[in-house]
Parts: sequence; C-alpha cells; structure tokens
Amino acid sequence: MSDLNAAMVTRYRDDFLKEVEANVEEGDWVKMCMQCGVCSGSCPLGPHWEHPPQELFMMIRANQREAVLSSSSMWMCTSCYNCLVRCPREVPITHIMHGLAHYAERLGLAPKEQPTRKFSKIFWKNLSGSGRGNETTLAAQLYFMNGFGEGVKKAIEMLPVGLGMLKAKRLNPFGLFAHKGVKDKKGLHAILAKAREIELAKAAKYQA
Amino acid sequence: MARRQYSYYPGCSSVKLGSAANMDVSVKTMCDVLDIELNEIPDWNCCSASIGYGDGGELPRMALSARNLALSAQAHPGQDLVATCAACWLATREAKDRLEHDAEMMGDMNQALAAGGLKLDQAPEARHMCEVIVEDFGFDALKAKVTRPLEGLKVAGYVGCQTNRPFGIDGESFENPVYLDRMIESCGADAIPNYDKKVSCCGGALMFSEPDKCQPLVREIIEAAYDNGADLIATPCPVCQMNVEVYQGQINKKFGTKFNIPVVYYSQLLAVAFGKNAKQAGLDGQVIKAPQLEKIAGK
Repeated sequence: MSDLNAAMVTRYRDDFLKEVEANVEEGDWVKMCMQCGVCSGSCPLGPHWEHPPQELFMMIRANQREAVLSSSSMWMCTSCYNCLVRCPREVPITHIMHGLAHYAERLGLAPKEQPTRKFSKIFWKNLSGSGRGNETTLAAQLYFMNGFGEGVKKAIEMLPVGLGMLKAKRLNPFGLFAHKGVKDKKGLHAILAKAREIELAKAAKYQA
Repeated sequence: MARRQYSYYPGCSSVKLGSAANMDVSVKTMCDVLDIELNEIPDWNCCSASIGYGDGGELPRMALSARNLALSAQAHPGQDLVATCAACWLATREAKDRLEHDAEMMGDMNQALAAGGLKLDQAPEARHMCEVIVEDFGFDALKAKVTRPLEGLKVAGYVGCQTNRPFGIDGESFENPVYLDRMIESCGADAIPNYDKKVSCCGGALMFSEPDKCQPLVREIIEAAYDNGADLIATPCPVCQMNVEVYQGQINKKFGTKFNIPVVYYSQLLAVAFGKNAKQAGLDGQVIKAPQLEKIAGK
C-alpha cells in the first residue's frame, strides 16, 4: 500500500464519501446523484463499464473504496460530456470520472494494465515534457506500450493508416527525432511543478 | 466592415505536418476572405486535451490553459482568444470559467504562473472559431461571400461532442444543434437536418487505447450518413475528422463494410464556396479524397 493510500485510509476510516469530497475533482457533487441512470444510458461506451457512473456514486456512499478506486470504469470515459449535460441534477460527471481516475492513480490503486490509463500517462509525459504534444512519438509509444512484440504487430496493422496520413502531409516522420515544443520550457516546467506542489500540499494536510 | 482581430490558439494538431494541418490551411483561407486577422499566441502550449488526467492533476492541467490565457492577454490585449480545435477550446474556456468563479483557485493559479514569470488578471474571452463565424459574422455574411455555391452536394453535418458540450454555441441545443447545417446551407449545399448521429461520440482519444470499442461508434456515424444519402461528412472537430476518416479501411476489414466517404472540415466547405482552389481549401490533406469538392474547386 502506498504511503498516501495508507494515510488516507487512516484519515477517513469508514467515510469514503468524505474522502472523495475532499480529494477528488468536483467530488462534493457525488452526494447529489439521485440514481436515475441517465448518465449510464447516455454513455457511448456504457455497456463496457464495469460500474456505470451512478453505480460508482452509490458505491462511494456505500464505502466500497477498493472496488471503486481499482475499477477500470472511470477510465472508459471518452469525455463526450453527454452525461454532464443530461444529468437532471447537473452533476459534473465527466470531471468526477477524470478526478476519480487521477486520484486512483495517485494512490497507486489504478489497474496497471488498463489501456486508457497507460495512454493517459504517455500523453501527459509527452505534452508536459516539451509543452506541445508530439503526435508522431505519441503514436509510436502508444503502439509499443504493451511491449516490443505486440508493438511491431500493432505498427504493421496501423501501417496503412500511417501511410495515408503521411501522404496527406498530416504526419511528421521527423517527429521521432526532433520536436520543438514551446520555447520557454523552463517557465512552463516551473509553472507545472508549482501547480503540482500546491495541489499535493493541500492533500498532505490530511496525512498528519 | 473593418478587419477583425483575434488572438489565435491553433493547438498541437494544427501545426505543419500535424493531423489537422488541413484544417489550419482552410481556416486561414476562410478567415482571409472574411477579413479576420489571426494573431497567434506566442509560445502557446498544449491544453492536455481531456486525456492527460492520469498523471496531470486538476491544477496542473488547468495551469496549461491558464498559461495560454495569460500569454494571450499579454501579447494581444483586448482580443478574444479563438481556438479551432474542440479540445483546445473546451480546456481554455473551462479554465477561464472556473478561475473566474473560484477565487481560491485563481490565487493558487497566480502563484503557479508566477513561477514562470506570468500573471493572469483578466482572462480574455475564450471562443470557438464557429462561435466567431456565427455570432460575429452570421450566415448572411457567409452567403454574401459565396462565389461558387456547392450546388447538388449533400453534406452530413457532424458536430460531434466537445464543440457542442458542455459549452456549445449560445442558443443551440445539445441534442440537435443547427448551426453547422446552416453553414452548409450557406455554402449552397444541402444539409441533412435529421442526421441522427450529429452529436454522437466518435470515441475521442479512446480510439487509440480502445479501438475495438470505438470503431463501432464510428461505423454508426458513417452508416447514418450513407443512410441519409450524404456525399460527404463535414465537421468542426479535428479528432472527429480523423477518427471518422482514417479508420474507414480498418472498419471495412473488420465489419465487411465498403465505406469510402470523405470527411472534411466546415472551413474547407466555406473555402471552396468562397471561390478558393483545392490547395487553399486544404483538400490535398484528405486521406479519403473529396472529388466532388475538388471538382467544384477546380471550376
């Protein structure tokens, strides 16, 4: 168990709702859910969720901490915002899903092999390094995220797509070797580091 | 009308050799005709596109957009920020809204920005290019510039998700927005007002991580366009455009379909209708060629 996770378990004991309210993006909205299920019915990937949003919300209230945080469910969110605009209680469901995923990741409880989790981590590293997303390395890293053998297979499978993009001048073959990103990388990195520091300091208040 | 100035946030996919390079070409052509001056935000950065949340926390993600807003205000004071990419717009607009409604977050953000020598007092308006076209110009202004109407062309207007939700264009409905259809009609083409996949999700970023779950979504979007007799699909979103266009070969292989429908940007339709040639409209950037449009553009 990660230190942060252990601290949170001690801090909140049997009140996972309180933990979510204090630590998850827009978490204080969870109690507003009235279990109508419109979110689940509106989700483009609805059938693929182990626990659809309204179920996650009820599980949070029922202290199903491990089951919620280790679930692959919130990683199924395509960020289409259908649930959010349709929710009769105006719960910002999309934000809560992103927030739950991030919190689970920070605690070390997110399912390691979840493909969108891996992609999300690759994406953040890709963009925060240079300040701009590099689509070429992003694709390459994505194909090879499950090891070399599978990567080669995936790359061959994707070759016609890549060649089509290359021919249409919408893929930069040199992106693998050179990518400029922003000029003021130092400034950007300092901003991101400070933002992270502020966020973690707020979470650390609960660790004592 | 005097030349209008906007602070331009192109985003990562619109750069040269980026996946939406053709959108950028056509947007610039369209803006040129409408007498819009786009002043690129100096040293803009990525918005993290609603997928960076695994490692990017709420404040760091918001800081990306705050930096862009601060740079925009600093370099182009008084100008609205305009984004062409749905994700860029959503992230920027959300950051602006949340910072302005949350004094504590604004305080934290200015602490973070200060570490990079920046400051945010008043964020500029964060707008989508479609908003600018519809609200600052209007459909009649578009029609007035049309020299080559796209007669006889039937176009399925695919608005997608993030251009439409959670913000969308003022006065439009989330379930059935009509501005894209009206743009199509302004070009002299036939819209399909009842296109039933108009605001359906293409899978977004999950097309990369969960292709088996997302390709069926795209299949339905294309099928509905064919069912309505569309010659092509038009969209404002770079992710929608790519997901619906470039995987048609794989979808055909998987489902035994025979899809081969061009997917273009609204700005490409407008550029051609405004009398510009295929290259100026970015039509050389299509993976699935749009011969109907090329023919008109070549007239």
